[in-house]
Amino acid sequence: AAARGCRGVWRRAWQRGAGGPAPAPRGQRAVACNARGGAVPAGKSGLAPWVPVVGLEIHAQISSNSKLFSGSQVQFAAAPNSLVSFFDASLPGTLPVLNRRCVEAAVMTGLALNCSINKRSLFDRKHYFYADLPAGYQITQQRVPIAVNGSLSYSLCIDNKMSQMVTKTVRIKQIQLEQDSGKSLHDDTRNQTLVDLNRAGVGLMEVVMEPDMCCGEEAAAAVRELQLILQTLGSSQAVMAEGQLRVDANVSVHHPGEHYGVRTEVKNINSLRFLAKAVDYEIQRQIEELENGGTILNETRAFDSKLGCTVPMRDKEGKQDYRFMPEPNLPPLILYDAKSLPANMNHQQVVNVDWIHERLPDLPSVKRAKLVERYGILPEHSFTLLNEDGLTEFFENVVKQTRMKPKKVIGWILNDLLSYLKQHSLIVKESPVTSFLLADLLNLLEKKEISSTAAKQVLAELWKGEGKTPFEIVKEKKLELIQDQKELEQICQAVIDGQENEVIMMVLG
Amino acid sequence: AALKGGLRFQVSAALKEGHVTPTELCQRCLSLIKSTKFLNAYITVAEETALKQAEESEKRYRRGQPLGVLDGIPIAVKDNFNTAGIETTCASNMLKGYISPYNATVVQKLLDQGAVLLGKTNLDEFAMGSGSTDGVFGPVRNPWSYSRQYKEKSVPKSCSEDEESNWVITGGSSGGSAAAVSSFTCFAALGSDTGGSTRNPAAHCGVVGLKPTYGLISRHGLIPLVNSMDVPGILTRCVDDAAVVLGSLAGHDPKDSTTIQDNFKPFELPNLTDVSKLSIGIPKEYHAPGLSSEILALWSKAADLFKNAGAKVVEVSLPHTRYSIVCYHVLCTAEVASNMARFDGLEYGHRSDMNKSTESMYAATRREGFNEVVRGRILSGNYFLLKQNYENYFIKAQKVRRLIANDFMKVFGSGVDILLTPTTLSDALPYREFIKEDNRTRSAQDDILTQAANMAGLPAINVPTGLSERGLPVGLQFIGRSFQEKQLLTVAKWFEKQVKFPMIQLEVKRHYHGAFQHQKSAFFS
Repeated sequence: AAARGCRGVWRRAWQRGAGGPAPAPRGQRAVACNARGGAVPAGKSGLAPWVPVVGLEIHAQISSNSKLFSGSQVQFAAAPNSLVSFFDASLPGTLPVLNRRCVEAAVMTGLALNCSINKRSLFDRKHYFYADLPAGYQITQQRVPIAVNGSLSYSLCIDNKMSQMVTKTVRIKQIQLEQDSGKSLHDDTRNQTLVDLNRAGVGLMEVVMEPDMCCGEEAAAAVRELQLILQTLGSSQAVMAEGQLRVDANVSVHHPGEHYGVRTEVKNINSLRFLAKAVDYEIQRQIEELENGGTILNETRAFDSKLGCTVPMRDKEGKQDYRFMPEPNLPPLILYDAKSLPANMNHQQVVNVDWIHERLPDLPSVKRAKLVERYGILPEHSFTLLNEDGLTEFFENVVKQTRMKPKKVIGWILNDLLSYLKQHSLIVKESPVTSFLLADLLNLLEKKEISSTAAKQVLAELWKGEGKTPFEIVKEKKLELIQDQKELEQICQAVIDGQENEVIMMVLG
Repeated sequence: AALKGGLRFQVSAALKEGHVTPTELCQRCLSLIKSTKFLNAYITVAEETALKQAEESEKRYRRGQPLGVLDGIPIAVKDNFNTAGIETTCASNMLKGYISPYNATVVQKLLDQGAVLLGKTNLDEFAMGSGSTDGVFGPVRNPWSYSRQYKEKSVPKSCSEDEESNWVITGGSSGGSAAAVSSFTCFAALGSDTGGSTRNPAAHCGVVGLKPTYGLISRHGLIPLVNSMDVPGILTRCVDDAAVVLGSLAGHDPKDSTTIQDNFKPFELPNLTDVSKLSIGIPKEYHAPGLSSEILALWSKAADLFKNAGAKVVEVSLPHTRYSIVCYHVLCTAEVASNMARFDGLEYGHRSDMNKSTESMYAATRREGFNEVVRGRILSGNYFLLKQNYENYFIKAQKVRRLIANDFMKVFGSGVDILLTPTTLSDALPYREFIKEDNRTRSAQDDILTQAANMAGLPAINVPTGLSERGLPVGLQFIGRSFQEKQLLTVAKWFEKQVKFPMIQLEVKRHYHGAFQHQKSAFFS
């Protein structure tokens, strides 16, 4: 109960702080904090409001046929150590060769996140000893990353009401290219560690978000939007369950008007739901800790999804000094634009930022706006359409094949199709009812050949996936509305004929 | 009579004309390697594969389709280049028994052109040293220790014990390669050059040692010392040979992103007749403390040689060169610390039996695998890279490096074509003298004249110039402009022709090998 109370307090605090259609949440919060700081002296009292601050570091695995610096294939769940080149295993004398595709993916992502693209970026070595890091260092971009100073707008609903959506913005500090590590499997019973280097050297984009968020819900919404953007661009498959998108959350709390509190880093978060949970738990934990007179340690914590809480991670020999150093085997990464592109340059060998910019696909926000505009559906509906992979296409296909108004079609898609799929844990592609069948059915309804109730009955039959068309089901089950005046009269007559007494009673009143 | 087995004009022509077959040539070299085993120039001799390669070459010659000048030419490769199927040890316990699955690009290129790979040559562990005395397989002996020239002047003939203890070092770290070329066991050898590791032993062993421009030759497969300075080096008996080998190795390698993008066009060296358009720079800072008076005299004589031939000889200044030792120490150890991190006993190489934990296994593996020199450099390198030291050491060293490179730019910008300097401070020291100082002190002293070229990435070459009072070789160094190897080698060739460096007269005691004098057949002498 105490925890609940705390939660209420900080929820109010952040809602006020970051409320409104604010494009610059941090600035706004600063104002709010100042105002609040004057009014409520920060102190021991449990009533003093807390401002939680959440920043994210997101590692997105680049969708590419080969690794960042070697020609090895990239594939999820391949046989252990079957995708390892000499370079990946760090055999002496091997050198990194930058994969152009990975650079392009990072540029695309940077552009989609409104970043400025550094025309010259650098690679660095980050040293630490670990069994799944064969070279003893990771090649990353610590000093000058490929993209900086961007922003990401995302929307979330207030109080869980789809109809009340607000748009927020989180600043993107930077996007850097770096290598993934391998995987270590610890076998405690046999006291051994098994190492799989398939993942070692796969290209990652680390997206660093500024601490502009205040709760788990915001964090989850921001990551969801990023995920959609990455998938739209094709720069990452961004499936969290497959480790293609990994989120670390930096969480701290402070009183308005004061400096940011000591932050903790929460790792081991493998779904959006857990991200929201982990962040909220950590905020609560910190507030309780502080209000009980404790202090927050600058530590790394892991989210335990079974217990729903964060626990301190075993620290790797105290504080690490990564001994960063420039990677001497890679020259600076030079990108070009239409203006700077040298005329005699082989186009296969250069990355042209303008060329990539011109070919960026519609981003989710644009797609949503277009859906709302083109079909007259509600904005929140456009979110749902984009949130499910393939649902927009499904919807648009149905619309194309039916005379029913899109506004009505969307109801069938969201209420009937989607809830059925959710119930049965299916993805859109696996739906037993194709867009063609649904359109067929909706056409019967639109032509008033069946009633809306009958349509639901037909749909229920269609889910069985027996290969029948809606028309066949309607015939079989005799669900059609009767259009023939005479037939209708005959039916009525037959009903009346069988019930003469009742008819007389009614006539008499 | 052409005395040195220059491959451009000698052995290659003999092969072509059928005076000797590649197999005969290979067998002669192999037996010479056996009879000079006491030099310890080779770590691994790849007899079987070498003979097979020679056989293949022979077939090509019989068909009248040799692959080029290098076809059938026996070569040796420093044991820090990866060779598929042949042990690559870096003269370290860490890699003893390590067989690489791939060839370094330079090795592959030589094999592709028909060269016969005799074996892998000795070095200081991981190329860290300037004597070729600090490898796990023991020191390399300078063939000149066993020359008539040295014996006549230095060793009391009567006392054989003294003779045994008076042998001199080869210099390093590519001492095995230099000794191999100098003792006629191969016609060309690959070394590596990070601070002078090719030129220094070349000078001590009386052979040509070329360090090309950084980026001209692929480093793929060269086990690194300092990535930003390492260059594969070429050791031959004459400048023309070096040009041929350079031509076969140079150019872009997609596996090494630091190589030049343009294709390299191999060249033949013209016989320079007129040097009057040349401007030779004499950097005054190379008149370094410890420079022997003999070498100073030789250096002046060389300058006069150019002057008398009509070249412009000017004194120039490279004011920051004196900081290059300290600067190198920081940059080198930092990269060493990083490069050596991969030797953890997990994927390859030595692994300690210690299995209490992964960390203790790492520690024991690295303690057992590396010698003290390597461990010392790792330790100081990691110190320089610590967050609190990075600015003060690494960044500063990088800035100094830039200043050193700028000095060269200025000098070359002022119209100087080539710099002429000594390669070493003195002739080769006897082993027992050399080891009185530790590796660090020696490296700092010995690299002093060669290192700056690595800092600036410039091409430089040692040309054997004369013999010291003790009858040991002394060389001078030419430093050229970036990627101007042709000009550099052309001048070196002219100089080589003027100085007429004497040929080594090996006198190896009978008990080492009975057949040695015989083996020195027409192709060598």
